[in-house]
Amino acid sequence: MMILELFWIFFKIGLFSFGGGYAMIPLIQNEIVSRGWLTAEGFANIVGIAEMTPGPIAINMATFVGYKTIGVFGSVGATLGVALPSILLILLVSKVFFTYQKHPLKKGLFYGMRPVIVGLILSAAYFIAETSLFIVKPGEWSGHFLANIDWVSVGIALLTVLGMRKLKLHPILLLGIGGAVRIGFKLLGL
Amino acid sequence: MKEKRILRTLFWTFFKIGGFTFGGGYAMIPLIEREVVDTHHWVSREEILDILAVAQSLPGAIAINSSTLIGYKMAGKTGALISTLGMILPSFLIILLIATVFSAFQENEWVRTAFVGIRAAVVGLIAIAGYNMFKAAVKDMIGVGILVATLILLFLLDVHPILLLIGGAGFGILLYSLFPEKRRGS
Repeated sequence: MMILELFWIFFKIGLFSFGGGYAMIPLIQNEIVSRGWLTAEGFANIVGIAEMTPGPIAINMATFVGYKTIGVFGSVGATLGVALPSILLILLVSKVFFTYQKHPLKKGLFYGMRPVIVGLILSAAYFIAETSLFIVKPGEWSGHFLANIDWVSVGIALLTVLGMRKLKLHPILLLGIGGAVRIGFKLLGL
Repeated sequence: MKEKRILRTLFWTFFKIGGFTFGGGYAMIPLIEREVVDTHHWVSREEILDILAVAQSLPGAIAINSSTLIGYKMAGKTGALISTLGMILPSFLIILLIATVFSAFQENEWVRTAFVGIRAAVVGLIAIAGYNMFKAAVKDMIGVGILVATLILLFLLDVHPILLLIGGAGFGILLYSLFPEKRRGS
Protein backbone atom coordinates (compact mmCIF):
# COMPACT_ATOMS: atom_id res chain seq x y z
CA MET A 1 0.00 0.00 0.00
CA MET A 2 2.98 2.24 0.56
CA ILE A 3 3.59 2.30 -3.19
CA LEU A 4 0.09 3.78 -3.76
CA GLU A 5 0.75 6.35 -1.05
CA LEU A 6 4.07 7.24 -2.67
CA PHE A 7 2.41 7.52 -6.09
CA TRP A 8 -0.31 9.75 -4.68
CA ILE A 9 2.19 11.96 -2.82
CA PHE A 10 4.21 12.55 -5.98
CA PHE A 11 1.05 13.04 -8.02
CA LYS A 12 0.08 15.87 -5.66
CA ILE A 13 3.60 17.27 -5.86
CA GLY A 14 3.51 17.18 -9.67
CA LEU A 15 0.13 18.88 -9.66
CA PHE A 16 0.99 21.71 -7.27
CA SER A 17 4.57 22.59 -8.09
CA PHE A 18 4.69 25.61 -10.34
CA GLY A 19 8.17 26.62 -11.42
CA GLY A 20 9.83 23.25 -12.03
CA GLY A 21 12.16 21.09 -9.96
CA TYR A 22 13.30 23.68 -7.41
CA ALA A 23 9.71 24.46 -6.47
CA MET A 24 9.26 20.75 -5.73
CA ILE A 25 12.02 20.59 -3.11
CA PRO A 26 9.93 22.10 -0.27
CA LEU A 27 6.91 19.97 -1.21
CA ILE A 28 8.87 16.70 -1.28
CA GLN A 29 10.57 17.64 1.96
CA ASN A 30 7.24 18.39 3.61
CA GLU A 31 5.67 15.08 2.54
CA ILE A 32 8.57 12.64 2.79
CA VAL A 33 10.68 13.90 5.69
CA SER A 34 7.66 14.60 7.90
CA ARG A 35 6.49 10.99 7.41
CA GLY A 36 9.91 9.82 8.61
CA TRP A 37 10.58 8.02 5.29
CA LEU A 38 13.87 9.89 4.93
CA THR A 39 15.99 11.95 7.29
CA ALA A 40 16.55 15.61 6.47
CA GLU A 41 20.19 14.72 5.82
CA GLY A 42 19.30 11.83 3.50
CA PHE A 43 16.97 14.12 1.57
CA ALA A 44 19.67 16.81 1.24
CA ASN A 45 22.01 14.15 -0.21
CA ILE A 46 19.35 13.24 -2.77
CA VAL A 47 18.92 16.88 -3.81
CA GLY A 48 22.70 17.06 -4.35
CA ILE A 49 22.74 13.90 -6.47
CA ALA A 50 19.64 14.98 -8.44
CA GLU A 51 21.47 18.18 -9.42
CA MET A 52 24.65 16.38 -10.41
CA THR A 53 23.03 13.85 -12.72
CA PRO A 54 21.54 14.63 -16.13
CA GLY A 55 17.82 14.99 -16.76
CA PRO A 56 14.91 16.81 -15.12
CA ILE A 57 15.63 17.41 -11.41
CA ALA A 58 12.02 16.52 -10.57
CA ILE A 59 12.35 13.07 -12.16
CA ASN A 60 15.75 12.49 -10.57
CA MET A 61 14.41 13.32 -7.12
CA ALA A 62 11.25 11.23 -7.56
CA THR A 63 13.19 8.18 -8.79
CA PHE A 64 15.72 8.46 -5.97
CA VAL A 65 13.23 9.10 -3.17
CA GLY A 66 11.09 6.23 -4.47
CA TYR A 67 14.09 3.90 -4.47
CA LYS A 68 15.14 4.93 -0.98
CA THR A 69 11.67 4.37 0.46
CA ILE A 70 10.55 1.10 -1.22
CA GLY A 71 13.11 0.14 -3.86
CA VAL A 72 12.65 -0.17 -7.63
CA PHE A 73 8.84 -0.28 -7.47
CA GLY A 74 8.95 2.87 -5.39
CA SER A 75 10.98 4.52 -8.15
CA VAL A 76 8.40 3.55 -10.75
CA GLY A 77 5.51 4.73 -8.56
CA ALA A 78 7.05 8.07 -7.63
CA THR A 79 8.25 8.85 -11.17
CA LEU A 80 4.90 8.02 -12.76
CA GLY A 81 3.20 10.04 -10.05
CA VAL A 82 5.26 13.17 -10.63
CA ALA A 83 4.98 13.00 -14.45
CA LEU A 84 1.31 12.07 -14.76
CA PRO A 85 -0.29 15.40 -13.77
CA SER A 86 1.77 17.15 -16.46
CA ILE A 87 0.77 14.66 -19.13
CA LEU A 88 -2.91 14.67 -18.18
CA LEU A 89 -3.13 18.45 -17.87
CA ILE A 90 -1.50 18.99 -21.22
CA LEU A 91 -3.65 16.41 -22.99
CA LEU A 92 -6.76 17.91 -21.40
CA VAL A 93 -6.17 21.62 -21.48
CA SER A 94 -3.37 22.50 -23.89
CA LYS A 95 -5.76 23.94 -26.49
CA VAL A 96 -7.71 25.94 -23.94
CA PHE A 97 -4.55 27.02 -22.21
CA PHE A 98 -2.98 28.45 -25.36
CA THR A 99 -6.17 30.45 -25.97
CA TYR A 100 -6.30 31.84 -22.44
CA GLN A 101 -2.56 32.41 -22.15
CA LYS A 102 -3.12 36.16 -21.75
CA HIS A 103 -6.31 35.97 -19.68
CA PRO A 104 -6.24 38.41 -16.73
CA LEU A 105 -7.31 35.73 -14.25
CA LYS A 106 -4.30 33.63 -15.21
CA LYS A 107 -2.11 36.65 -14.56
CA GLY A 108 -3.79 37.12 -11.19
CA LEU A 109 -3.23 33.49 -10.31
CA PHE A 110 0.51 33.74 -10.93
CA TYR A 111 0.72 37.18 -9.36
CA GLY A 112 -0.56 35.72 -6.10
CA MET A 113 1.18 32.37 -6.26
CA ARG A 114 4.73 33.31 -7.24
CA PRO A 115 5.62 35.04 -3.94
CA VAL A 116 4.36 31.89 -2.16
CA ILE A 117 6.75 29.81 -4.27
CA VAL A 118 9.60 32.15 -3.23
CA GLY A 119 8.66 31.61 0.41
CA LEU A 120 8.57 27.83 -0.02
CA ILE A 121 11.97 27.73 -1.76
CA LEU A 122 13.48 29.91 0.99
CA SER A 123 12.03 27.59 3.62
CA ALA A 124 13.64 24.61 1.81
CA ALA A 125 17.00 26.40 1.94
CA TYR A 126 16.43 27.03 5.66
CA PHE A 127 15.55 23.41 6.47
CA ILE A 128 18.50 22.05 4.51
CA ALA A 129 20.79 24.62 6.17
CA GLU A 130 19.57 23.44 9.56
CA THR A 131 20.94 19.96 8.92
CA SER A 132 23.88 20.90 6.70
CA LEU A 133 25.52 23.89 8.34
CA PHE A 134 25.71 22.60 11.91
CA ILE A 135 27.98 20.04 13.53
CA VAL A 136 25.12 18.23 15.25
CA LYS A 137 21.44 17.88 14.38
CA PRO A 138 19.05 20.64 15.50
CA GLY A 139 17.71 19.83 18.93
CA GLU A 140 21.03 18.30 19.98
CA TRP A 141 22.87 21.59 20.29
CA SER A 142 25.08 21.99 23.29
CA GLY A 143 26.16 25.34 24.67
CA HIS A 144 25.89 28.50 22.61
CA PHE A 145 24.28 28.51 19.16
CA LEU A 146 27.54 29.72 17.55
CA ALA A 147 29.52 26.83 19.04
CA ASN A 148 27.45 24.37 16.99
CA ILE A 149 28.00 25.98 13.61
CA ASP A 150 30.10 24.03 11.12
CA TRP A 151 32.16 26.92 9.77
CA VAL A 152 33.67 24.94 6.89
CA SER A 153 30.17 24.15 5.64
CA VAL A 154 29.10 27.78 6.03
CA GLY A 155 32.18 28.71 3.99
CA ILE A 156 31.26 26.21 1.26
CA ALA A 157 27.69 27.54 1.11
CA LEU A 158 28.96 31.13 0.76
CA LEU A 159 31.54 30.06 -1.82
CA THR A 160 28.74 28.39 -3.81
CA VAL A 161 26.65 31.57 -3.75
CA LEU A 162 29.65 33.65 -4.88
CA GLY A 163 30.60 31.10 -7.54
CA MET A 164 27.09 31.19 -8.98
CA ARG A 165 26.50 34.94 -8.77
CA LYS A 166 29.92 36.38 -9.58
CA LEU A 167 31.77 33.72 -11.55
CA LYS A 168 28.72 32.10 -13.19
CA LEU A 169 30.15 28.66 -12.49
CA HIS A 170 28.06 25.60 -13.28
CA PRO A 171 26.09 24.17 -10.30
CA ILE A 172 27.59 20.70 -10.83
CA LEU A 173 31.09 22.12 -10.63
CA LEU A 174 30.16 23.97 -7.43
CA LEU A 175 28.73 20.83 -5.84
CA GLY A 176 31.94 19.02 -6.81
CA ILE A 177 34.05 21.80 -5.29
CA GLY A 178 31.98 21.58 -2.10
CA GLY A 179 32.71 17.86 -1.79
CA ALA A 180 36.39 18.32 -2.67
CA VAL A 181 36.92 21.14 -0.13
CA ARG A 182 35.46 18.97 2.59
CA ILE A 183 37.68 16.02 1.66
CA GLY A 184 40.66 18.41 1.54
CA PHE A 185 39.95 19.53 5.12
CA LYS A 186 39.71 15.91 6.23
CA LEU A 187 43.03 15.04 4.57
CA LEU A 188 44.61 17.97 6.40
CA GLY A 189 43.26 16.48 9.59
CA LEU A 190 41.02 19.46 10.38
CA MET B 1 5.30 3.90 -41.73
CA LYS B 2 5.93 7.61 -41.74
CA GLU B 3 4.17 7.96 -38.41
CA LYS B 4 6.33 5.24 -36.92
CA ARG B 5 9.42 7.10 -38.02
CA ILE B 6 8.23 10.33 -36.43
CA LEU B 7 7.56 8.52 -33.14
CA ARG B 8 11.00 6.97 -33.22
CA THR B 9 12.66 10.33 -33.91
CA LEU B 10 10.61 11.98 -31.13
CA PHE B 11 11.65 9.30 -28.67
CA TRP B 12 15.37 9.50 -29.45
CA THR B 13 15.44 13.29 -29.60
CA PHE B 14 13.98 13.61 -26.10
CA PHE B 15 16.02 10.66 -24.85
CA LYS B 16 19.14 12.54 -25.93
CA ILE B 17 17.98 15.81 -24.33
CA GLY B 18 17.07 14.03 -21.09
CA GLY B 19 20.27 12.02 -20.99
CA PHE B 20 22.76 14.76 -21.72
CA THR B 21 21.56 17.96 -20.04
CA PHE B 22 22.70 18.68 -16.56
CA GLY B 23 20.93 21.23 -14.41
CA GLY B 24 17.25 20.37 -14.92
CA GLY B 25 14.46 21.85 -17.01
CA TYR B 26 15.76 25.41 -17.35
CA ALA B 27 19.12 24.16 -18.63
CA MET B 28 17.28 22.12 -21.26
CA ILE B 29 15.52 25.06 -22.88
CA PRO B 30 18.33 26.00 -25.30
CA LEU B 31 18.86 22.35 -26.25
CA ILE B 32 15.14 21.78 -26.82
CA GLU B 33 15.06 24.87 -29.02
CA ARG B 34 18.01 23.71 -31.08
CA GLU B 35 16.72 20.17 -31.61
CA VAL B 36 13.07 21.00 -32.17
CA VAL B 37 13.43 24.20 -34.22
CA ASP B 38 16.80 24.02 -35.97
CA THR B 39 17.45 20.30 -36.40
CA HIS B 40 13.97 18.89 -36.99
CA HIS B 41 11.91 21.96 -37.96
CA TRP B 42 8.99 20.61 -35.94
CA VAL B 43 7.87 24.02 -34.74
CA SER B 44 8.77 27.58 -35.67
CA ARG B 45 10.85 29.84 -33.47
CA GLU B 46 7.76 31.85 -32.45
CA GLU B 47 5.81 28.73 -31.61
CA ILE B 48 8.56 27.32 -29.42
CA LEU B 49 8.45 30.47 -27.29
CA ASP B 50 4.72 29.91 -26.71
CA ILE B 51 5.30 26.25 -25.93
CA LEU B 52 8.04 27.02 -23.43
CA ALA B 53 5.90 29.72 -21.82
CA VAL B 54 3.04 27.25 -21.39
CA ALA B 55 5.48 24.60 -20.11
CA GLN B 56 6.69 27.00 -17.46
CA SER B 57 3.28 28.15 -16.36
CA LEU B 58 1.69 24.72 -16.02
CA PRO B 59 2.49 22.79 -12.83
CA GLY B 60 5.06 20.01 -12.90
CA ALA B 61 8.54 19.57 -14.31
CA ILE B 62 9.27 22.00 -17.13
CA ALA B 63 11.13 19.27 -19.05
CA ILE B 64 8.11 16.95 -18.90
CA ASN B 65 5.69 19.71 -19.85
CA SER B 66 7.73 20.73 -22.91
CA SER B 67 8.26 17.19 -24.17
CA THR B 68 4.56 16.36 -23.74
CA LEU B 69 3.47 19.56 -25.54
CA ILE B 70 5.86 19.10 -28.47
CA GLY B 71 5.10 15.38 -28.75
CA TYR B 72 1.36 16.12 -28.73
CA LYS B 73 1.72 18.72 -31.42
CA MET B 74 3.74 16.35 -33.65
CA ALA B 75 1.90 13.06 -33.23
CA GLY B 76 -1.11 13.44 -30.92
CA LYS B 77 -1.51 11.52 -27.69
CA THR B 78 0.90 8.75 -28.71
CA GLY B 79 3.50 11.36 -29.60
CA ALA B 80 3.04 13.02 -26.21
CA LEU B 81 3.52 9.75 -24.34
CA ILE B 82 6.49 8.60 -26.44
CA SER B 83 8.29 11.95 -26.10
CA THR B 84 7.75 12.08 -22.34
CA LEU B 85 8.92 8.50 -21.97
CA GLY B 86 12.06 9.44 -23.90
CA MET B 87 12.63 12.38 -21.56
CA ILE B 88 12.09 10.37 -18.36
CA LEU B 89 13.92 7.14 -19.20
CA PRO B 90 17.58 8.29 -19.07
CA SER B 91 17.06 9.99 -15.68
CA PHE B 92 15.22 6.99 -14.34
CA LEU B 93 17.92 4.51 -15.39
CA ILE B 94 20.88 6.66 -14.32
CA ILE B 95 19.35 7.40 -10.92
CA LEU B 96 18.47 3.74 -10.29
CA LEU B 97 22.07 2.83 -11.06
CA ILE B 98 23.42 5.57 -8.79
CA ALA B 99 20.93 4.80 -6.03
CA THR B 100 22.01 1.15 -5.88
CA VAL B 101 25.71 2.08 -5.95
CA PHE B 102 25.22 4.96 -3.49
CA SER B 103 23.51 2.72 -0.97
CA ALA B 104 26.59 0.47 -1.03
CA PHE B 105 29.03 3.37 -0.59
CA GLN B 106 26.93 5.49 1.72
CA GLU B 107 28.70 4.26 4.84
CA ASN B 108 32.14 4.86 3.37
CA GLU B 109 33.91 7.56 5.35
CA TRP B 110 35.15 9.49 2.30
CA VAL B 111 31.80 9.41 0.53
CA ARG B 112 30.18 10.70 3.71
CA THR B 113 32.77 13.46 4.00
CA ALA B 114 32.25 14.53 0.39
CA PHE B 115 28.50 14.67 0.98
CA VAL B 116 28.90 16.92 4.02
CA GLY B 117 30.46 19.40 1.56
CA ILE B 118 27.92 18.71 -1.18
CA ARG B 119 25.01 19.34 1.20
CA ALA B 120 26.53 22.67 2.20
CA ALA B 121 26.78 23.64 -1.49
CA VAL B 122 23.14 22.58 -1.99
CA VAL B 123 22.12 25.19 0.62
CA GLY B 124 23.85 27.84 -1.51
CA LEU B 125 22.22 26.64 -4.74
CA ILE B 126 18.72 26.64 -3.28
CA ALA B 127 19.26 30.07 -1.74
CA ILE B 128 20.24 31.37 -5.20
CA ALA B 129 17.16 29.73 -6.75
CA GLY B 130 15.04 31.49 -4.12
CA TYR B 131 16.73 34.82 -4.80
CA ASN B 132 16.30 34.53 -8.59
CA MET B 133 12.67 33.60 -8.14
CA PHE B 134 12.25 36.55 -5.75
CA LYS B 135 13.54 38.99 -8.38
CA ALA B 136 11.19 37.57 -11.01
CA ALA B 137 8.14 37.12 -8.79
CA VAL B 138 7.93 39.92 -6.24
CA LYS B 139 7.20 43.14 -8.08
CA ASP B 140 5.59 45.36 -5.44
CA MET B 141 4.67 45.67 -1.78
CA ILE B 142 1.69 43.33 -2.15
CA GLY B 143 4.12 40.67 -3.35
CA VAL B 144 6.35 41.30 -0.33
CA GLY B 145 3.25 41.01 1.87
CA ILE B 146 2.32 37.65 0.34
CA LEU B 147 5.90 36.43 0.85
CA VAL B 148 5.99 37.51 4.51
CA ALA B 149 2.55 35.99 5.12
CA THR B 150 3.75 32.73 3.53
CA LEU B 151 6.79 32.55 5.80
CA ILE B 152 4.73 33.29 8.92
CA LEU B 153 2.04 30.72 8.07
CA LEU B 154 4.70 28.15 7.17
CA PHE B 155 7.04 28.56 10.12
CA LEU B 156 4.73 29.62 12.95
CA LEU B 157 1.46 27.95 12.06
CA ASP B 158 2.78 24.95 10.12
CA VAL B 159 0.28 25.42 7.28
CA HIS B 160 0.64 22.87 4.45
CA PRO B 161 2.57 24.22 1.41
CA ILE B 162 -0.15 23.15 -1.03
CA LEU B 163 -2.74 25.14 0.93
CA LEU B 164 -0.42 28.15 0.77
CA LEU B 165 -0.09 27.81 -3.02
CA ILE B 166 -3.87 27.57 -3.42
CA GLY B 167 -4.31 30.53 -1.05
CA GLY B 168 -1.82 32.67 -2.98
CA ALA B 169 -3.45 31.81 -6.30
CA GLY B 170 -6.92 32.56 -4.91
CA PHE B 171 -5.77 35.88 -3.48
CA GLY B 172 -4.20 36.89 -6.81
CA ILE B 173 -7.34 36.00 -8.75
CA LEU B 174 -9.51 37.88 -6.26
CA LEU B 175 -7.28 40.93 -6.52
CA TYR B 176 -7.34 40.90 -10.31
CA SER B 177 -11.12 40.42 -10.40
CA LEU B 178 -11.74 43.28 -7.96
CA PHE B 179 -9.31 45.68 -9.65
CA PRO B 180 -9.18 44.55 -13.27
CA GLU B 181 -8.14 47.93 -14.63
CA LYS B 182 -5.04 48.18 -12.48
CA ARG B 183 -1.89 47.08 -14.28
CA ARG B 184 0.13 44.89 -12.01
CA GLY B 185 3.20 42.70 -12.24
CA SER B 186 5.11 42.61 -15.49
